[in-house]
Amino acid sequence: MASGEPAAAAAAQDFGITQPAEELHDVRLIVNGAARNVRVPARRLLSDCIRHDLALTGTHVGCEHGVCGACTVLIDGVAARSCLMLAVTADGARITTVEGLAEPDGTLSPVQQAFADCHGLQCGFCTPGFLTTITAALADNPEPSQDEAREIIGGNLCRCTGYQNIVRAVLRAAQLQRDRAASDRPAAREPQAGQA
Amino acid sequence: MTAMFGEPIARLEDDRLLRGNGAYLDDLGHDALAAAFVRSPHAHARVLDIDVSGALDVAGLAAIYTYEDLPGRLAEPLPLLIPHPALTHGRTGYPLAADEVNYVGEPVVMVVAADRYLAEDAAERIVVTYQPLPPVVGLDAARSAEHLVHPDVPGNVAGHLVQSNGDAAAAIAAAPHSLELDLFIERSASTPLEGRGVLARWDTEARRLRIWTSTQTSTGVRAAVAAKLDLALADVDVITPDVGGGFGVKIVHPWPEEVLVPWAARLLGQPVKFTEDRREHFISSAHERGQQHQVRVGFADDGRILGLDVRFWHDNGAYIPYGLIVPIVTSTQLLGPYKPGAYRVEFSSLYTNTVIVTPYRGAGRPQGAFVMERTMDAIAAALRLDRATVRERNFIAPEEMPYDHGLIFQDGRPLIYDSGDYPAVLAKLKKLIGWDSFGAVQAAARSQGRRLGIGLACYVEGTGVGPYEGAHVVVETSGKVKVATGLTSQGQGHQTVFAQIAADELGVPIADVEVVTGDTRRFGYAVGTFASRAAVMSGSAVALAARAAKAKAIRVAAAALEASADDLEIVDGVVRVKGDPGSGIALGTVAVLSNPLRYAFDEAAMAATQFAGGDIAKPPVAEGDEPGIEGREFFSPLRSTFASGMHAAIVETDPETAEVKILRYCVVHDCGTLINPRIVEGQIQGGVAQGVAGALYERMAYDEAGQLQNASFMDFLMPYVSEVPENIEIDHLQTPSPLNPLGIKGAGEAGVIPGAALFASAISDAEGFPITAMPISPSDLFELRRQLNTGAEQGTV
Repeated sequence: MASGEPAAAAAAQDFGITQPAEELHDVRLIVNGAARNVRVPARRLLSDCIRHDLALTGTHVGCEHGVCGACTVLIDGVAARSCLMLAVTADGARITTVEGLAEPDGTLSPVQQAFADCHGLQCGFCTPGFLTTITAALADNPEPSQDEAREIIGGNLCRCTGYQNIVRAVLRAAQLQRDRAASDRPAAREPQAGQA
Repeated sequence: MTAMFGEPIARLEDDRLLRGNGAYLDDLGHDALAAAFVRSPHAHARVLDIDVSGALDVAGLAAIYTYEDLPGRLAEPLPLLIPHPALTHGRTGYPLAADEVNYVGEPVVMVVAADRYLAEDAAERIVVTYQPLPPVVGLDAARSAEHLVHPDVPGNVAGHLVQSNGDAAAAIAAAPHSLELDLFIERSASTPLEGRGVLARWDTEARRLRIWTSTQTSTGVRAAVAAKLDLALADVDVITPDVGGGFGVKIVHPWPEEVLVPWAARLLGQPVKFTEDRREHFISSAHERGQQHQVRVGFADDGRILGLDVRFWHDNGAYIPYGLIVPIVTSTQLLGPYKPGAYRVEFSSLYTNTVIVTPYRGAGRPQGAFVMERTMDAIAAALRLDRATVRERNFIAPEEMPYDHGLIFQDGRPLIYDSGDYPAVLAKLKKLIGWDSFGAVQAAARSQGRRLGIGLACYVEGTGVGPYEGAHVVVETSGKVKVATGLTSQGQGHQTVFAQIAADELGVPIADVEVVTGDTRRFGYAVGTFASRAAVMSGSAVALAARAAKAKAIRVAAAALEASADDLEIVDGVVRVKGDPGSGIALGTVAVLSNPLRYAFDEAAMAATQFAGGDIAKPPVAEGDEPGIEGREFFSPLRSTFASGMHAAIVETDPETAEVKILRYCVVHDCGTLINPRIVEGQIQGGVAQGVAGALYERMAYDEAGQLQNASFMDFLMPYVSEVPENIEIDHLQTPSPLNPLGIKGAGEAGVIPGAALFASAISDAEGFPITAMPISPSDLFELRRQLNTGAEQGTV
């Protein structure tokens, strides 16, 4: 440095690690079916709350400005970008993250299974956002066309796959969902409609 | 047991990633302090003063560091990773700016606090006083050298290299036809969905450092950090966790943060983590692609190139830690599948006050392919010949392999193609897209006022560059097989393909194989994941190591079974006499027997203890032998192996809006023997999307002050699904490489390489005038139409 203040080499013992002086707020969330209580500053993003306060790190953050969709979670069943919400505004909400998608017995959900079947992921970083987005969309539209499948994933970014196999996975997931629904009806048991 | 090699099996890594159980860098270290950086807001400035006083009372602050705090080798410039005799003026940055900043985003001050929010609170209270200097932005400014990026680098030239084979100037002068072309490609960037990140823990009791980093080379980071912090290699572990994409940018190391975070963790005695945010990734990681080319070509009546002379200027940004690799790759791989009569290439690598330039998937090849393929199209247009025909007449013939270009490649070794069949690839591609019948389709569309165009682009990619990779295979007493290789994974599916190789070589079910990559605790010697080298290099090493383990297992089993080793085979994890399923001994038991024991740890282990028998005339472990069923082998090929491919596309350009729509996209690719076709196709599809991105959407929009105007996903147009072709049609040719035991060639980068060349060709065909600069947006095309006065048809549809 040409001039000015002596450089500040400040080790922990100089300042001490103090707790944030910010006001904290109690937030109650139902996350993947379990009640969770956290105390967070008003500015804590919901994505950071889920990842760091609740340690549910399956939800990823790719841009922090709501464009990539990696942080998508279901809030009261609706797909939403957790990086665009403050944790305090989610107070009382039921949240489903990627960790909550599998069946209670651990079986992959139709959407998760479809991604495995169709090679719908490579690095896997954007994947949780796709899984939650598609899960919500298939609840609304259980039989999407190819065009609708592209529309469903139209707001999520993936850098690895070129989307080809993700579109296939949407259609495959819809098929798996219908197959499972059919086999769950004891009166109407029918053979699994296998599909490559 | 089904052979795994060559099968399109589902990936082994998917289950945990689909459940949200991946472990990416920022998923780790919840107890760590967070680092944030004050970065330069100026493209070029002197740092006059740093006032941190306003930040000192921020709650949760742990430390603030500037350049003056850096001790010893940490205060020296970061390493120049790849020196080269032609890199005469190599300059690298400091971990924190010393007294000058050379790009917007350069780190100046490091803040460590209880969490990232608080670290940013403190960072924004730090006042840095700068004296702005004139910035050098773009290749024109760099070439004019009216201002210098580094005062001691004349002409802004970092390096200058000439290579030639034959007398290109004489060949062009003597040729019946010649052309000159000026061509330009703008910057883009790898842009993985996960940015960079590093977490470090200093074990205050063991006095050892453990680092997790989102890198493409854990061994590279380990060596660099150990050197910078004056630690023994043995006291530094580097672990690559799940990595959310790399595409080249994460091969650079050590990043400033990769040395500063471990240093701070040791100083503070607490774990420290840095997680790059999206804006930081745009302005402080790395870009690629920006080059200007001048081409002179002389050619015969039939379209054969007699002489090719290429002069180009490469924008390397503010510093050049990765050396001249990108322009060297451009200058050599530009030749593609062709054999010009004579070739001369000359490039200058120039400093600008922008983010550094290091390899991004394709690494200089997309520019080279763009230049060569534009030249091919120009020759075809000049001679009124079919574009495919001109290419075919310039192909290296299969019987000319191995083909020596008489140049030196990026690995310092001769540019010799090992194998390939370019006419066969072209024939497949022409058939796939319907090349010969497109003229009628185009004319019919034209009569309806629609503008269709077809394009074609070829490339050859040197893959699997050295110097080496290694692998370790061990059969545990449970029969499970543990495989480790040192290079890292960023989503390519290495755990799956290496397991396929090991399972087949050893003769065990793939479910029994576990693969670990990029963890220096498991394998300490490695180079890294780049240049489409992982399958070739580590795949080969895994095969060799598995073969060694298998030979050992058969030798131990032969003694136990009192059989000849030649009569034994391993099937489904059982060593048995060939063709006699009843004679077997499980591989896990062989592992027990291979390790003479004093202490039995379970029932099976009793068979290996000292009173269980054995020849008392011999030592329990024979001279030159060792306990265990293990293999540890290295693969170090003589040269790179050359994959190839050709893409064709049909586009439609909107007569009014100049929007470009992709109607068909076809790929024929030759990466030698396929380990897993599903994974190879996934790599190609992803590469094609990045090729489309680089051709039609992505650019780095620097203003004249050196501010990146589109440093967000709002403004940098990374394609969504709506921008990529609905169906990428892929066909393969398999010409095995003679340079490795599996016959494989790399596939990771191929998809992206021909993108700019292909769309320039297709759009030119649709529009009737040559496209010479990429990427091209609808506005660019609209403007070109206006300039060329071809806009008369506007509104006539």
